[in-house]
Amino acid sequence: MTPDAFANLADMLRRRSGLVLTPDKIQLANSRLAPVAHLFGFKGVAALLAEFPHPREEIAQAVTEAMTTNETSFFRDRDPFIHFRNVVLPAMTTSRASARRLRIWCAAVSTGQEAYSLAMILDEANLAGFDWRIDLIATDLSAAAIARAKDGVYSQFEVQRGLPIQSLLKNFTQEGNQWRVSDRLRRMVSFRTFNLLDDFGWLGEIDLVFCRNVLLYFDGPSRTMIFAKLADILTPDGTLVLGATESADAFVAVSDAPRGFFVRPRGAATRATVLAG
Amino acid sequence: MKHCLVVDDSRVIRKVACRILESLQFATEEAEDGAAALDACRNKMPDVILLDWQMPNMTGIEFLRTLRRQNDGTAPIVVFCTTENDVGHITEALNAGANEYIMKPFDREILEAKLAQVGLL
Repeated sequence: MTPDAFANLADMLRRRSGLVLTPDKIQLANSRLAPVAHLFGFKGVAALLAEFPHPREEIAQAVTEAMTTNETSFFRDRDPFIHFRNVVLPAMTTSRASARRLRIWCAAVSTGQEAYSLAMILDEANLAGFDWRIDLIATDLSAAAIARAKDGVYSQFEVQRGLPIQSLLKNFTQEGNQWRVSDRLRRMVSFRTFNLLDDFGWLGEIDLVFCRNVLLYFDGPSRTMIFAKLADILTPDGTLVLGATESADAFVAVSDAPRGFFVRPRGAATRATVLAG
Repeated sequence: MKHCLVVDDSRVIRKVACRILESLQFATEEAEDGAAALDACRNKMPDVILLDWQMPNMTGIEFLRTLRRQNDGTAPIVVFCTTENDVGHITEALNAGANEYIMKPFDREILEAKLAQVGLL
């Protein structure tokens, strides 16, 4: 990959998705783009990148999706989900007992495991049985990842990474060597493709945002802009969950929670209060 | 250091599993079938048993039922690790007292995740 080709690729990724591609990722880029080159009939990655800086839209989309990281698993890192189940969810259901409404957003859900993990916890809490309305929204930049998430079919390897065997039997049906998420769980999640650089307005107010291990790949200005938009849509007592190694501008880490749990500072204006003022 | 008994009639599987377990700071011991595993348990009860299903002399499920009858019914932790990957076998294992279930083939990540789920990591 020539320096010019790499620069064109990095520039397009930053503009389209906010992702930062550093020169040490050339090897990674070559391996991830080889299948894309093949798919579009190019002789190799060099020929694919010769289309830049102005590739066709479908090529730009495929390249962007190939370069995003889709690493995920059910109940990934365990502690955030245990804390959500034992502390955050009970607190939110208490504080929202009169409205009986809870809105959760998985902001970079990849192939769906994080959203289905939350759905399992919500299902076990049986909030629907007490007339709660739960909105569980799950988005990702990658249309291919969202298609897989909607399909809800996972390999034997995928279901064994983080999913207790009892949960597998309860929530999946076996189809040969694959496992399909139950219709009950699939109905609980609304999946759609979404770019975090775009406007958050359609989301409305959100009580809990899971945005783990994604913003660390963004450049500084994009990250700052996304944190500002997150602060805008979170309810005053809402919670933002990032990866354990991430920090959040304009948010405060929750002291008695696993690393990665943040809330808005006390007294910070919400979009609702700004509009009212 | 936690002690894991690896029960499998395949020497290669035992070797692979032990290597992963030792890298996770487990002390390991091997048995090639259910009968040898019962002997090992009588000698020293492990914290966890990684258990194959189909083995000569005594199968994994026969071993598990015998083990659960002989002890207080809960200890030690038993994680099946087998190519019997259908719901029927999984349900039978859980009903017999298995704590977790690994469907072969497995890798380090799966074994680590399952050990974490049963509270050993």
